[in-house]
Amino acid sequence: MIDAEAIRSGNRLALSRALTAVENNTPDSKRLQATLFPFTGNAHLVGVTGAPGSGKSTLVNQLAKAFRQSSINEKPPKIAIIAVDPTSPYSGGALLGDRIRMQDLAGDKGIFIRSMASRGALGGLAHSTAAFATLLDSAGFDIILIETVGAGQAEVNIARLAHTVIVVEAPGMGDDIQAIKAGILEIADILVVNKADRPEAENTARALKIMLEMSRGGGMTAASKHLMRSLAEKKVNTNQKDEKTGWETPIRLVTAIEGSGIDTLVDDIRRHKAYLVSSDLWKVKEAYRLEKDLEALIKDKLVDQWQENLDEEKYQALLAEIIQRKRSPIEALDLLL
Amino acid sequence: MTDKKIRVLIAKPGLDGHDRGAKVIARALRDAGMEVIYTGLRQTPDMIAEAALQEDVDVVGLSILSGAHNALVPAVIDKLTQNGLNDVKVFVGGIIPEDDIPNLEEKGVYAVYGPGTDTQKVVAEIKTAIIPKSE
Ligand code: B12
Ligand SMILES: Nc1nc2c(ncn2[C@@H]2O[C@H](COP(=O)(O)OP(=O)(O)O)[C@@H](O)[C@H]2O)c(=O)[nH]1
Ligand SMILES: [Mg+2]
Repeated sequence: MIDAEAIRSGNRLALSRALTAVENNTPDSKRLQATLFPFTGNAHLVGVTGAPGSGKSTLVNQLAKAFRQSSINEKPPKIAIIAVDPTSPYSGGALLGDRIRMQDLAGDKGIFIRSMASRGALGGLAHSTAAFATLLDSAGFDIILIETVGAGQAEVNIARLAHTVIVVEAPGMGDDIQAIKAGILEIADILVVNKADRPEAENTARALKIMLEMSRGGGMTAASKHLMRSLAEKKVNTNQKDEKTGWETPIRLVTAIEGSGIDTLVDDIRRHKAYLVSSDLWKVKEAYRLEKDLEALIKDKLVDQWQENLDEEKYQALLAEIIQRKRSPIEALDLLL
Repeated sequence: MTDKKIRVLIAKPGLDGHDRGAKVIARALRDAGMEVIYTGLRQTPDMIAEAALQEDVDVVGLSILSGAHNALVPAVIDKLTQNGLNDVKVFVGGIIPEDDIPNLEEKGVYAVYGPGTDTQKVVAEIKTAIIPKSE
């Protein structure tokens, strides 16, 4: 049994073991999550997404370093990093290599890095990434940087989980168009053109600016617009009056490998948080995410319960009828539930 | 229902730049269904023990071809113990003279592998070494 109090008081081994328990869905992990939940809701969750090789890990390394150094007068924020890499669909194994780019962070006890395999989940995160963030939040980490798989599909899950989404592009990867197609620009609160040491970087930034203006017509991200509309339907009031004002996604040229442009980015991240808090979108986003999390849990549980009580013979018989096209799946559904 | 996977940290301690063996092993373990964290070159014992703690691995695999194993391996094991990771199994590979193996094993190394090792043998021996932690 892992001690929840030890996690709260900063015991790193207890935290690490708890993350494993959550990832492996052990019975003990449920008790831990329940005990620790009341102590969450303080961390700023920052997602970093973009194609593999665009420089996400290198950027995360620099951001963590900068956040730890930035506040001379205050206590520096504690930083957690969750780095998600894909699980091989063939072997079920994974090669998690993001730490290679994060060597600078070794030795700083205010930083905790955890690599995570996607374990078959689609959408750029693992099934338990959100639960990891919650656990790290309860352990007192102020900023949680979440690096996604970045497989190029629409990584909508990170937009739901993170308060702030950074999309990383790099010049000369020939994937700019694909990024648009995948709608990844739509979720960017901050857009980074990394590898600004390359001559084509400015062109990439210019192209992205045009695309952003065309697709959004200015104003907030598609995800936030969607949120605003659902709030309007529910007649919830916020300080955010319309979709056009408030936050304009900045496009930043960064050379992550050298650390140039990082200070501006750190400033952007802080400004975005301040904006979310003052507009009430922070609270609203949290409420929306918690509602979706609850829905997901209910769905999982219902499926489990259904499977436990399943009349296997009846199920197989109906399945056979469906395969022989004697009965439709829709009809079978009514007979099974 | 739990979904336990074997997690392995593959690290190259010291100044040794020979990384082929480490990469070959990392890939073989991945292909055997394990989750492998590769940390890259030039790791200090502190860095390795800290990564092992944060990643909560079952196995630490050290690849050393520089000849510095007699100093590096015990240093890593000491740091792992300091971090409370007594149950982590340490595997070592690379250029390790026969005569040095008993000493390393006495310091707590689970097994040592030299050039030409069949990666499937390593896979099998890691699997036997890791009796799934019962939670
Ligand atoms: C290729 C090679 C190089 C390449 C390395 C390229 C690279 N990126 O890896 C280059 C040319 C750069 C190089 C340079 C040097 N090398 Co060199 N190199 C070799 C050579 C010929 C083969 C190594 C290799 O890649 N083998 C293939 C891999 C797959 O095998 P492996 O690493 O042994 O791994 C297997 C097992 O050992 C085991 N294993 C390995 N790691 C692990 C980890 C775990 C957890 C497990 C379970 C198993 C395991 O499983 C693997 C699969 O079977 C060896 C000689 C030899 N026959 O081993 C010399 C050798 C290692 N090099 C040597 C030397 C001296 C050097 C230099 C110092 C030479 C110099 N004076 O400049 C430099 C140092 C470079 C540096 N920065 O460290 C010596 C080391 C002597 C010693 N330790 O006492 C050797 C032994 C040659 C010799 N006989 O003198 N080298
Ligand atoms: N030229 C250049 N290369 C960079 C920069 N940032 C990262 N890289 C390189 O791009 C490659 C991929 O970086 P990585 O951070 O692993 O990308 P990720 O897959 O998105 O996490 C590495 O070889 C980095 O060294 C940069 O600012 N300029
Ligand atoms: Mg990465």
